[in-house]
Amino acid sequence: MHSAVQRANTVATIAAILLATICAAASFLDAFNSPSLQAHVQVVKINRFRRQLDGNDEVKMTLKMSMDLTSLFTWNTKQVFVFLAAEYETDTNSLNQVSLWDHIVQEKERASFQVKVPTKYPLIDQGTNLRGKKVGLVLHWHIMPISGRMIQGKMPLSNFSLPDSYTTRS
Amino acid sequence: MDRIKFLGDVKIRPTLIQLLNLGMIICSALMIWKGLMCITGCESPVVVVLTGSMEPGFKRGDILFLHMNKEPIRAGEIVVYNVDGRDIPIVHRVIKAHERRDTGEIDILTKGDNNQVDDITLYSGGQLWLNLHHIIGRAIGYLPYVGYLTIIMTEMPIVKYLLIGVLALLVITSEE
Repeated sequence: MHSAVQRANTVATIAAILLATICAAASFLDAFNSPSLQAHVQVVKINRFRRQLDGNDEVKMTLKMSMDLTSLFTWNTKQVFVFLAAEYETDTNSLNQVSLWDHIVQEKERASFQVKVPTKYPLIDQGTNLRGKKVGLVLHWHIMPISGRMIQGKMPLSNFSLPDSYTTRS
Repeated sequence: MDRIKFLGDVKIRPTLIQLLNLGMIICSALMIWKGLMCITGCESPVVVVLTGSMEPGFKRGDILFLHMNKEPIRAGEIVVYNVDGRDIPIVHRVIKAHERRDTGEIDILTKGDNNQVDDITLYSGGQLWLNLHHIIGRAIGYLPYVGYLTIIMTEMPIVKYLLIGVLALLVITSEE
C-alpha cells in the first residue's frame, strides 16, 4: 500500500501542476482580449508655471478627464493602473515623459468615470524649455493580472501648448 | 532487502548512488536557474516582493518575473533596481523618464504605487535620477503568494534549517 507521505506527495504534485496550468491558461487567454477604450482629456487651467529655485521649469495644472476602461478588464484582471503622461521633446532630450496623474481601478464597474483634478505630480523639466512648448498628453494603462503576464498600452490624446511666459505667483 | 537502514549498517554503493542522485537534483536546479538568467537577461529573473509599497497590485510574498533587454525604459514600466551601495532590490514604477538626445542615457524617477512620495529619498546621496545600470530588470509577469515561503525563511531562519533538516532526513531514509 502507499504510505501517507507518498499520497501527500502525489496530491501536492498534481495540485501544483494543475495550478500552474490554470495560471498559464488564464494569462494566455488574456492575449485575445482586444480592448477598445475611449478617453478624453482637457487642460482646464494652468495653476502655476514658474522656474524653480534650482533652475528647472515647473508646471501645475488642473485637468478634466473622462475615460472608459471597461474593455480592458477580463476575469483574470486584478487591477488596471492608468496614468496620464505629458510627453514632449527639447533640444537636449529626445523624449521627456512625466506622469501628471495616476489612478488604480480595481473593479470593472468603476472603470468608466470623469474627474476634474489638479495634477498629482508637477511637470518639471530638466532645464527651462517649457515656455511655449507643445506638450502631448498620452494615456497609459497597465493591466495587472490575478496571475500571469502584465499588459501595457497607451493612447495619445490631445496636445496643448504651454504659455509663452511664466504665470505670476499664485 | 532491508527496507530500513540502520546507521551502523551503511553500505558504500547505495550511499554513493544516493549522493549522486542528490547531486543531480541540485545540478538540474542550478542549470534551470542559470538558463533562466540567460534567457531573460537579468541577474535574478525572479524576485519576491518584500514590501507593501506597490499594493494593491503586488503584496508581500508575491513573486515577479523579470526581463531585461535593450529597449529604452519608459514611464509606466515596473522596474526592479538596486541603489548604489545597497543590496536589497526595490520594485517600483517609473513615473518620469528623460532621454538624452546625445548619449541616449535615460534619467528615471520611480515611485511605489502605494507610496505618497516618489523614491528620491531612497536614492543614495544627492542622486536625483536612476539610470539603466541601476535597473536589474522589468517586471513582465506575476504570481501571487508563491514567494511567501522565501520571506518566512529569511525572517525566521529556524524554518530554513528545519526544512533542510527534514529534506535531508527524507533523502537519507528513502529507498531510491
